[in-house]
Amino acid sequence: MTGAGSWSLGESDHKRIAAHLKELLRESDARCAMVVDRTGQLLATVGEALSFDPTVFASLTAADFSANDQLAKMIGEPEFASLFHQGEKESMYLADVGRRLILVVLFDQRTTVGLVRLRVKQTVQDLSQVLNEMFSRSADGKRASQQGGLLEGAEDEIDKLFGD
Amino acid sequence: MSMINYASREINCKLVYYGPGLGGKTTNLEHVYGKVAPEKRGKMVSLATETERTLFFDFLPVDLGTIRGFKTRFHLYTVPGQVYYNASRKLILKGVDGLVFVADSQMDRMEANVESMQNLYDNMAEYGYDVTKIPFVIQYNKRDLPNAAPVPELQQQLNPGWEVADKAQQRETTDPSNDGEWLVTQVDGTWIARAPYFESIAVNGDGVFETLRHAAKLVLKTLS
Repeated sequence: MTGAGSWSLGESDHKRIAAHLKELLRESDARCAMVVDRTGQLLATVGEALSFDPTVFASLTAADFSANDQLAKMIGEPEFASLFHQGEKESMYLADVGRRLILVVLFDQRTTVGLVRLRVKQTVQDLSQVLNEMFSRSADGKRASQQGGLLEGAEDEIDKLFGD
Repeated sequence: MSMINYASREINCKLVYYGPGLGGKTTNLEHVYGKVAPEKRGKMVSLATETERTLFFDFLPVDLGTIRGFKTRFHLYTVPGQVYYNASRKLILKGVDGLVFVADSQMDRMEANVESMQNLYDNMAEYGYDVTKIPFVIQYNKRDLPNAAPVPELQQQLNPGWEVADKAQQRETTDPSNDGEWLVTQVDGTWIARAPYFESIAVNGDGVFETLRHAAKLVLKTLS
């Protein structure tokens, strides 16, 4: 591999991810759940409307996870599969999904970290399943051809966008 | 790693500004932030020390336009330039789609530039990425300073070129941004390619958007 490559998220996968997040919120009484990839791109968010910029939040989440990954390695752990940040009123719980995605759950005093942690375990399994299917399809080349189709032959349009 | 999100109809790409400390990476982002309309950009976040030196990264998301009904959203990151922050610098390169190397043109910063460029190659290699095969643009910043090194000298030190093994790319290519310069040429029978470059004075914005637009274009072309 010479670069980071690319991948795509289809509408049906997005719907499946959102459905799992909704189920998590229903069962845990958390406020909001989102899925971010390891490079900081936001894939999906479900729950209460956010009062902050989700793009920035996603990039900081990925950085937080990456930094903690390195700390884990330094103390002899392969990774920290989950992180918990406790605030006075608002808290957040982050969990790794298949080394590619991060599940972030925001919650307040209406629930407990124990319940969130318990429900997150199931959601991580569900999301891992979606992820595996997405990437096995991609390996089959179906997704790759869909992706290639989007910007294929768009050189002129790209030139035009940048005024050349 | 660029991501095409069919649900939100966005193409997301990650562009990293690399280079030695105090070279102008954060200044590039600040200028973009100041000039892009608020609805086309997100919030700029800087994880910096109290003395405004970048500690982890700066981050700025910008929309550069729409292609085939998809918003092209670029996530701009800078790395901390100071040598001893290498661990966090390396983390930012994860999933990078394009690179901008911001060099400090001042004569006495030549060694720092060379060291940072070497560090970039090393860190990229650790992820299995190859700098010569991904969109890569060099910006020679601080061109207004009296002790700025001549561009040919900077080119020789920082952008001497790499051998082109792929026969399809072995053709004379001039640099459209710099008269009389080449991007691919033959030297003593060997085909050599080098990164496109731009001169800049980032504090007043000269060359900032030229660099960004060129790097973004190269990234999108890798998807086409």
